[in-house]
Parts: sequence; structure tokens; C-alpha cells
Amino acid sequence: MSALLLALDGLLSISVVALAWATVTRREPRQAVILFIAFGLLLALVWARLRAPDVALAEAAIGAGLGGALMLAAARRALIQRDAAPSPAPPEEAGR
Amino acid sequence: MKRREAAITALVLVLSVVLAWAFWNAFSGPTGDRLAELTATRVPESGVTNPVTAVLLNFRAYDTLLELAVLLAAILGIWAVGKASPGFLPAGAVLRALVGLIVPLLIIAGGYMLWVGGHAPGGAFQAGALLGAAGVTLRLAGYPAAGLPPEALLRVTIGLGVLIFTLCGVALMALGYGFLTYPLDLAKWLILVIETAATLSIGATLAAAYLGGRADPTDSGDGVTR
Repeated sequence: MSALLLALDGLLSISVVALAWATVTRREPRQAVILFIAFGLLLALVWARLRAPDVALAEAAIGAGLGGALMLAAARRALIQRDAAPSPAPPEEAGR
Repeated sequence: MKRREAAITALVLVLSVVLAWAFWNAFSGPTGDRLAELTATRVPESGVTNPVTAVLLNFRAYDTLLELAVLLAAILGIWAVGKASPGFLPAGAVLRALVGLIVPLLIIAGGYMLWVGGHAPGGAFQAGALLGAAGVTLRLAGYPAAGLPPEALLRVTIGLGVLIFTLCGVALMALGYGFLTYPLDLAKWLILVIETAATLSIGATLAAAYLGGRADPTDSGDGVTR
């Protein structure tokens, strides 16, 4: 049982760090926000494993859920503005 | 560009060292009475049995009041920046039926979260987040106002948390207690009143923040694009 929990903890730790790295390095805002939401949900699991259910609830509801929704809306606005005024910079990788 | 990246890297390194030092200190420091034990012994005096709520709404109520003020400042900033973004097109029949199911559930879950915060994980912020999520769901389904009241009432709702919180504190001062120092027999009800007001405020603030600005009174809500 404890070996299973240890495996879960290890998997969670690696996934959280990997997702954090992917979120920071992603250039496309919308994809970065989606990765951030996934990161927040896993982080909520980490808090639950640390026996902090209050923080886990807040992270899942506010950090990942509503924070993610707000940032998705912001990313959408940023894209609209960028398309309205094309910048001299070369277009970033496709995938919108 | 290279210099900027180097500067950012240096700042992050410094921050990491400070964090690592704090982390190390927290575990290797003197093993005296920590705050956790102190809180555990004083929870019966707080009017609630959930230690987290006891800290947030009683022992450190001041911090929570300031958090609500931060949210209030944030929404004022969002309103100052500009108009709300244009809404989405009205949803189809299936999504509308689903929304009609989900939104009441979210509201009930929010009320439950608020009440359960007294003795188990939960509380005003989580409950407010659920109410805000109901607003976001409505907005995504094409309701332009996201279920929020007209602006005059919305302003009152958004300020309600800070207002009630401060009024409670000042009233307690007038009665001869300290600012936000609850007498034991009133503590539970004061916390419940403050948390209810805070929940409504947080829910309205988060939903209003999702609109991305002040609702345009001339916008009829039929999906006008800018």
C-alpha cells in the first residue's frame, strides 16, 4: 500500500514539475493557459496528498478553475488584439 | 534581449536561493511550540471547529479582510480598464438544458461549502468560487450578463464583503472589544454573517472579472462584435 502511495507521490511530483516547465516555456498563450489549468489540478492533488484539503479545494476551485477561466478569456482578448494589429514580428508556431 | 534574459535568470536564481534557505530553516530551526499547536489549543474559543476557518475568520480575520479588499481593488481595476468583451452566441438546446441543471447545482454546492466551512474543509472563498463558476457557465452559454444583477445592485454586492466585515469590526470596537475580536457567544454567528457576505461578494467579483470589464449598458446582448 505504501509503495503504491510512494509511486503516486513520485508520479505527481514529476508531472507537476514537468507541467510547470511546459507552461512556462510554451509560446502560444492559449496552450500555456490550458497547461496551467492541468498544472493547477495536479497541484490540488499534491495538496490533498499533503493532507491540506482546504488548500486543495481552494487551488482546484480558484487557482485552476476560475484563474484558468480568467486567463483563457485574457488569452482570447490578446489574440483578438494581435490579429487586429498585425505586429512586425514573424508569426509564432501554428496551433490556435 | 540576451542581457534581459541574463538579468531574469539571475533574479530567479536569487529567489531560488532565498526560498531554499527559508525551506531549510523551516525544517532545521528550533523545535519549539509552532503555531499549529497553539491554534489547536485555542480552536474551542473561536466559535467554529474547523481550525482553518478559525484562523482565517477569527485569529487572523484581519488578513482575510485585506484579501477581500484586494479582490475589490482588482475588480475596480478591471472595470477601469475598459468595457466587457462581447458575449458568446446563445447556446443550443442541449447545452442550455445542461446549464439549467449545472447552475442550480453550483449554487446549492456553494451554499453547502459555506455552511460546512464551520467544521470541515470549505469556507467563503471556495463557496464564492463555485458561485463565480456558475456565472462563468452562464456567460459561456450565451447569457451576456452572466447572471449578475444590474450595475447599481452589482456594485453593492461586490462591496458587501468588505463592508460587512468592516462594520462588524467597528461595531465590536464600539462595544468595547478589539477590532474583529469576537465575544465567544457571538463568534459563530458573526463568522457566519461575515462569510455569507464574503461569499456573495467573491462570487459576484469573480463572475464580473470574467466579463472582462464594465457591462456596456447600451449593449443589448445580441452578440454585437466590436
